[in-house]
Amino acid sequence: MTDTDKKKDKRKIRAAKKMREIMTTYYLDAMTARENNKKVAWITSGGPVEPLIAMDIIPVYPENHGAMIGASKMGEELCIKAEEMGYSQDLCSYARTDIACCKVNGGPMGGLPQPDMLICCNNICGTVLKWYEVQARHFNVPLFILDTPICHTDYSREVESYVRRQMDEYIIFLETAVDKKFDHDKMAEVGRLAFQGQKLWQKVLKTTTHKPSPMSAFDAFFFLALIVTLRGTQIAVDFYEELSLEMEERIQTDISIIPHEKYRLLWDNLPVWYQLKWLSQKFSDHNACLVADTYTSAWCSALKYIDENNFLDSMAQAYTRIHLNIGVDQMADQVLDMIRTYDVDGFVMHSNRSCKPYSFGQMDIMNIVRKKTGIPVVMLEADMVDPRSFSLSQTDTRIDAFMEIIKQKEWVR
Amino acid sequence: MKEINPFHAAINDPGGLAAGIKKRSGKILGYMCSYAPEELIHAAGFHPMRLFSSKSDICLAQNHLQAYCCSLVRGVLEDSLAGRLDYLEGMVFPHTCDSIQRLSDIWRLNTKFNFFADVVMPTKLNTKSARTYMTDVLKKFKTDLEKAAEHSITQNDLQNSISLFNRIRRDLSRIYELKSQFPSIIKGTDLFAIIKGSMIMDREELAQRLETIVLLLEKKDPPPYSGKRIILAGSICDMQDIYKLIEASGGSVVADDLCTGNRWFEGSMPENIDPIEALTARYADRAICPAKHSGNTTRGENLLALADTHKVDGVIFATLKFCDPHAFDYPYMKEFLEKSSIKNLHLELDDQQQGLGQLSTRLETFIHMI
Ligand code: SF4
Ligand code: SF4
Repeated sequence: MTDTDKKKDKRKIRAAKKMREIMTTYYLDAMTARENNKKVAWITSGGPVEPLIAMDIIPVYPENHGAMIGASKMGEELCIKAEEMGYSQDLCSYARTDIACCKVNGGPMGGLPQPDMLICCNNICGTVLKWYEVQARHFNVPLFILDTPICHTDYSREVESYVRRQMDEYIIFLETAVDKKFDHDKMAEVGRLAFQGQKLWQKVLKTTTHKPSPMSAFDAFFFLALIVTLRGTQIAVDFYEELSLEMEERIQTDISIIPHEKYRLLWDNLPVWYQLKWLSQKFSDHNACLVADTYTSAWCSALKYIDENNFLDSMAQAYTRIHLNIGVDQMADQVLDMIRTYDVDGFVMHSNRSCKPYSFGQMDIMNIVRKKTGIPVVMLEADMVDPRSFSLSQTDTRIDAFMEIIKQKEWVR
Repeated sequence: MKEINPFHAAINDPGGLAAGIKKRSGKILGYMCSYAPEELIHAAGFHPMRLFSSKSDICLAQNHLQAYCCSLVRGVLEDSLAGRLDYLEGMVFPHTCDSIQRLSDIWRLNTKFNFFADVVMPTKLNTKSARTYMTDVLKKFKTDLEKAAEHSITQNDLQNSISLFNRIRRDLSRIYELKSQFPSIIKGTDLFAIIKGSMIMDREELAQRLETIVLLLEKKDPPPYSGKRIILAGSICDMQDIYKLIEASGGSVVADDLCTGNRWFEGSMPENIDPIEALTARYADRAICPAKHSGNTTRGENLLALADTHKVDGVIFATLKFCDPHAFDYPYMKEFLEKSSIKNLHLELDDQQQGLGQLSTRLETFIHMI
């Protein structure tokens, strides 16, 4: 092993291996659910998974699957397949790849385990509603829609009572689907674990306030999968406990994720899954670390609304007031808050063709950030899964120009 | 038919029309989606005016919305930022698609009209709790309007508006019925002018004019029709020329499933119950838009029923580029039609589109083929 190899090795986050194992076990369980007499529910990434865990139903996340498809560079082929099926190229590539996968058993695992039911929460977008309708027709299974009205400016009493009532409808839906009574004690326990898991996830993400940062947003993109899929389980709590300890240890022993952190950046929107390696190298070459992002923090940003001891009742608010289900000005406030917390020098926005609710409004956020902080902002045009909307040379030039400005600014300062 | 001229005049110069309305009867509230509760707006003494893109070049909106946003949303924002909508008192945003959802934020942050309201209707329409919520939302909107109007909306005001809009809906339905029965009774471009005009003209005047038109049409003795019978389905269709092209190719639009057509005006409101309940019933039960949910196959079934009732030869889907809700529904609706051996064609439109050159060839080929 050469010296640089050794250093690189030291920089590797040990928990990654464990995480892969946990995810593999999870997917194996899901794949063999039928044989073990377990039910499978497909659920949206922002959906309330806790009642499923409490009912012993295995949750499966097509969006997580979409990310895996993107990261394994299988996106283009599947997107084209969906287009052949009549789905426009302008639709979300998570939806397109998932719909195509069902037709051809594609993707890195040869498709997801078939659902017994579908749970769709529209707190992230209107796309999931249409997408889950497509799957409900395809699999001919019951679909539950949790309708969480957008809170452009406020969270009203009407919204609270509407969503709260739907939580009861959700439980009845599940009781019917698996033909057993809902166990409220178990739910309370799952709720506590979900709360703890999110708290720990938050703790992990916050470790990057340290300079130099022990991990980057690219790691967060990777470690996110557990808080999404296994939220509400002891496994997730234990894992993030371990991860946060490892981060603390890195801070104590001065191990940074990139060799020479000089600039700290904030990322907005979903990752560009098929270019993670290239992007992280690119920024690292500029001695820049993406220390935080608006995407992975969405799985702990509603913590303030959760009542650990009364999870079920606080769920309505916690699931309604998430990052994508609020007005653009409030989203900008969260960005400003992160800029302060993580003390960043620049803001990288991914204008994501797939995700309209995340991307429309970005230009206004960009202007607000420029006006209020003066930090440089760059917008990169891409798509999270479909590489046809990404130009490497254009992105390369943009990042170089952006980093130039940051470097000059620092010199002026 | 000269009675249709005022409709053509209205749609050719909505700004001029708005200026006149503003001078005569007061304040105008804009909206972009068929879920805007016009009856409430009208009952508060405001003029509800549906906004369409003026189709001008996109310059200012470019700084707020990326190019992968539909041309309706970008176009209306452009008009607003360029001052072409200065006649508005304010804007009402019922919740529909992701694009309008964000337009509402961008509008709120970048324009300076006196009035602004998000009417966050439920997305699900087929449950009791969603209906209760819809009633709550309508009540809240009523309060917002009352504040802006500085007077309360009485039961009577609302009842009057409801019966006015019922009259409008009834007459529009009657015109559609006649068009289906005798496709040559009225030209497609005239029908387009009537429907689009109905969304922007003064409603009292409109009700009178529609009544006259119905009477005149009922007296007509149109020649028998032997051309192709077409349904136009999709999002908004703000292209008069499509109607012209269809007719030039030997077809006629005998029914539609459009936000700017049947879906906007179908159904009437019960007049003998509490008016807010009546509004809830109408907006929850009307033919749904793809951004809403009432069942997994509701829209496909509606379209098949429509095709059956009107004995059509083919369906033309006209959707706007970058419109997610419609793009998601298209494949299954197409499949539904094909299972029933109904031929169909999909046109993806863009408000900014120059001319219909390529489209016209496709339309011609399609109509000749069916
Ligand atoms: S990427 Fe955006 S549009 Fe696609 S499912 Fe996620 S939130 Fe919805
Ligand atoms: S055309 Fe489609 S995307 Fe555009 S505003 Fe209408 S529903 Fe939304």
